[in-house]
Amino acid sequence: MVSEKKSKKIPVWDLPDVPKGELPPHIQLQRTRVSCTFDAPTHVFTYSPVSSLIFTENIQYSGAYAAMGVDNSVRLPEFSNNFKVEVISLTEDDMEFDMIGIDASIANAFRRILIAELPTMAIEKVFIANNTSVIQDEVLSHRLGLVPLKVDPRHFNYMSEKDEPNEKNTVVFKLHARCEKGGARIKVKSNELKWLPNGSEFKLSTEKSNQDSTSKPKTYTSFGCSQDSMPEFANNPIATKHGDIILAKLGPKQEIELEAHAVKGMGKTHAKWSPVATAWYRMLPEIVLLEEIVEEKAEELVKKCPVKVFDIEDIGKGRKRATVARPRSCTLCRECIRGDDWEKLVAVRRVKDHFIFTIESTGALPPEVLFTEAVKILEDKCERVISELS
Amino acid sequence: MEHGSYQDQSQATFTFTDEDHTLANSIRYILNQDPRVSFVGYSIPHPSDARVNIRVQTTGDPAREVLKDSCEDLMHLCKHVTNTFDQAVAEFKSRPKKTVTESMDIDPNNI
Repeated sequence: MVSEKKSKKIPVWDLPDVPKGELPPHIQLQRTRVSCTFDAPTHVFTYSPVSSLIFTENIQYSGAYAAMGVDNSVRLPEFSNNFKVEVISLTEDDMEFDMIGIDASIANAFRRILIAELPTMAIEKVFIANNTSVIQDEVLSHRLGLVPLKVDPRHFNYMSEKDEPNEKNTVVFKLHARCEKGGARIKVKSNELKWLPNGSEFKLSTEKSNQDSTSKPKTYTSFGCSQDSMPEFANNPIATKHGDIILAKLGPKQEIELEAHAVKGMGKTHAKWSPVATAWYRMLPEIVLLEEIVEEKAEELVKKCPVKVFDIEDIGKGRKRATVARPRSCTLCRECIRGDDWEKLVAVRRVKDHFIFTIESTGALPPEVLFTEAVKILEDKCERVISELS
Repeated sequence: MEHGSYQDQSQATFTFTDEDHTLANSIRYILNQDPRVSFVGYSIPHPSDARVNIRVQTTGDPAREVLKDSCEDLMHLCKHVTNTFDQAVAEFKSRPKKTVTESMDIDPNNI
């Protein structure tokens, strides 16, 4: 219909079926949905009908639809009215929620911060006193680094190059495992990492000569006080998140004795500091049956979908009709629009401003806290820019 | 750091160190919605340098002020996201307690 009007050279804003301040339905669809056609997704990149410039993803330029009397600028009050969050599931470590009415650039900023810029504690230095196992020192150290620790990083400071390791920036663990002669081979698991609230027990070699009998011998850390006397750890001893991670296997007469020092860091330095196993989002799938699909066609459609998105409903007298029962489980495999004229019957789309966000925490902090911390970090970044500009 | 001219303050390039797509893309999105902005874009000149350049051209207002406003907008947006999220989580936590995890909660008034 639209193309017919265009051929008569009627300006698009004079179209009788489109009230001023609204977009024609087909452009509105392109603006708000990604269409997944048989060969490729389209309208991921959309044209501005005004300036024929290509904008990425959503058209976000404020004047993009100005010629049609549509103000494309989204101001804060409008955002506040439309933005919604719905928690789908929330457990100790995992969470899934819907974020509706936000742009991909902001959702992606949260995701990137969760993965790379939220601090956690992880083992950074390993002091090996004895290792006669088959696993090499550096491999063992690397494995130790990747063990998730159950420590709230907000109680700690970053340790810079010139800082002495103290109770505010370091957590010390001890591991001493030995397989006795004649015994069976043993597994060294992560629950054998024992927290040392008083810091390192290994004495500095330089201190041996001029040891003062009155003061404590100097070790690799200089703790001012014991960590278990601090109120935040008094009833909450620091340990590894999982006790059953195999660190090494020992044969008879083999032994590992080491001390591991954990410090605060960020995921962009090394993935061991990432507080999430994964954090990702996907756009909400939307499946629309363009025509009524009945009888054999309906059964064929139900069979086509590997994740059982479609169901059959009875519309009386034993007649069957296909319905979209579980659009959320759609993986956009596009099986349902393969072959024949299926593309004319079924439309597979994604809603551009509806994100299904999933956070899997590694255990340092619960996932809902991680997300609020991530938002806070984005706020801090803005604040930094403002202070630098003024 | 700002690279602009004193004669024409309506266009400038800003260099942020230690920032990447996370901030630059968010700011680009916010600025693109500002009617005062005629062009905004960002680039990361080299992937090994931790820096990002943001180009802002306006229809007359000083680019620096427009950029500052966008950061404030982004902060307000973040605050709203936090509030909405906290509400949704609190609501979710209050919901299943009555049904699923009732046995796990020790509520002296409820025994």
